[in-house]
Amino acid sequence: MAIKSNVNIPTANLFRRLTLSQRRTIIGYIFIMPFILGFIFWFLIPALVAFYLTFQKWNLISPPQYVGLANIQHLLEDPLLPKSLWATFVYTVLSVPLGLLLSFFLANLINTQIRGIAVFRTIYYLPTIVPAVANAILWAWMFNTEFGLINVFIRSLGGPKVAWLQNPQITIFAYVLLSLWGVGGSMIIFLAGLQGIPDIYYEAAEIDGAGRWYKLRHITLPLMSPIFFFNFVIGIINSFQVFTIGFLLTNGGPQNSTLFLVLYVYRTAFQNQNMGYAATLSWLLFFILVILSLIVFKYFGSRVYYENPGE
Amino acid sequence: MSAQNQLVADSQMTVYSSQKRTSARAAWVWRWMTIALLVIVAAAMLAPFLWLITSSLKSQMEIFQFPPKWLPSEFHWDNYTRALTAKPFGTYLKNTLTICVLNVIAVVFTSSFCAYGFARINFRGRDFWFGIVMATLFLPYAILIVPLFLMFTQLGWVDTLLPLTVPIFFGGGAFNIFLLRQFFRSIPEDLADAARIDGCSEFGIYWRIMMPLAKPALTTVAIFTFLAAWNDLLNPLIYLRSPENFTLAVGLSSFRSTLDVSWDLLLAASTATVLPVVVLFFLAQRYFIRGIVMTGLKG
Repeated sequence: MAIKSNVNIPTANLFRRLTLSQRRTIIGYIFIMPFILGFIFWFLIPALVAFYLTFQKWNLISPPQYVGLANIQHLLEDPLLPKSLWATFVYTVLSVPLGLLLSFFLANLINTQIRGIAVFRTIYYLPTIVPAVANAILWAWMFNTEFGLINVFIRSLGGPKVAWLQNPQITIFAYVLLSLWGVGGSMIIFLAGLQGIPDIYYEAAEIDGAGRWYKLRHITLPLMSPIFFFNFVIGIINSFQVFTIGFLLTNGGPQNSTLFLVLYVYRTAFQNQNMGYAATLSWLLFFILVILSLIVFKYFGSRVYYENPGE
Repeated sequence: MSAQNQLVADSQMTVYSSQKRTSARAAWVWRWMTIALLVIVAAAMLAPFLWLITSSLKSQMEIFQFPPKWLPSEFHWDNYTRALTAKPFGTYLKNTLTICVLNVIAVVFTSSFCAYGFARINFRGRDFWFGIVMATLFLPYAILIVPLFLMFTQLGWVDTLLPLTVPIFFGGGAFNIFLLRQFFRSIPEDLADAARIDGCSEFGIYWRIMMPLAKPALTTVAIFTFLAAWNDLLNPLIYLRSPENFTLAVGLSSFRSTLDVSWDLLLAASTATVLPVVVLFFLAQRYFIRGIVMTGLKG
């Protein structure tokens, strides 16, 4: 690098007259320019538009009309909003911790050294790649009260016939069950973490007479805590944004018991043509996620063990 | 050594070897328990797939038979031909592939370009912008649905493939930038320095040295992008209006909401959209898992 900066080409090249660090800055910005432009066009401007819409009433046909804080006031009176928040909340509280436990358990299971383990890894990951629409049709069929595989299985064990997708008290559990089928994504991230733990730690513990439980408790869990944290945060963000499966499987029903927040935004904007209120709901979702993230980072982030705190 | 000492040593030996024997037995039990669990979970993961495939080959009558049987008594392959000709699935496939291929090209070239800037060039403001990349990773996409729709309406892009392809060319998504940056950082700086001494520009280093080395990571990113585009429903649902522009996901979704559609055809059409991704997955399997393990959460 030093060699290059000393080369003096006599042409009055503006670029060459700059200092090395100035040149680097220009080149650096050229490299990240696509992202910066994308951020401005598809993130910053839309966010500002959403903010503007919060104070408007607009059905896309007649011009937008300033309504002040009416949309925000409507949040407090809207009878569907508590239902929507409750459905999203219950789904998150159940599916995220259960998913974390199951995916960590499965990651340990497929971290075994057995011939043909790659086949098992592939099978466990397979559900996450199923296209959403096909997934919804498949599960509508699985949860069918009379002929679905799940009820056939429950009844073969002497259980009752469960109206999975018709009973408003139960439907949310169908979604949780379905989400557990697709834990492959976080499982693979756990697996990557498990494989990154050096064998020496376990060998040293074994020499000291450590059992399986001790090794799990005192080596694996502390070293995996950043990955637990990562999967936890990603899990919350994803489950708060669940849309496709809800739209297809029950479309918010029965009795709006599965009207997830993003589904409600979609319905408000594109079925009820109420752009202003939809933007307001989006902002509500945004603030809920920001507050949740802050809580999560404050209470869990400090308990995470990092091997190289400097990095 | 006295006889007594010898005796003590002997008894210690036997205790030790019996401990060893029980621990060997425990290891054996543990191993077979693991295998049994692996098989049970695999069966639970695969059961819905098998159920989908076998149901898709049953007659409408047999689908609604109680108690249901795993295998159809007669294989109704015609379910597939009837389902796939009921709607213009060929057109849907063409649109879906167009979007998928454009998205993959966009991500492979622009994400890696940005990622190189973040990973290998040290300039003022870099950390600030990388902070923004990470922030967009954690912010919900859902809040942008409405304003983006209004912007694309203004641009006249609604009911074209443009809203589903053009934005990806601007950086290709925060997650891909993050993943490729992690990968680029793991390549030794000496390689780049050697090229610099030979007079190679930063763009040359990116294009001639980093890109060829990044092939495994790029493959992983490309596969994820392809799958995401193939599976996406929300965006095509919002932007595509006329049936000749539908993707497979939207087409299948509208096929489902047709009132007279029967379960046998629906299940056949679903199986037909699942199979290509499953095949792709098995072919490119090692890039999925190893790709994440390699590039994933390191550094």
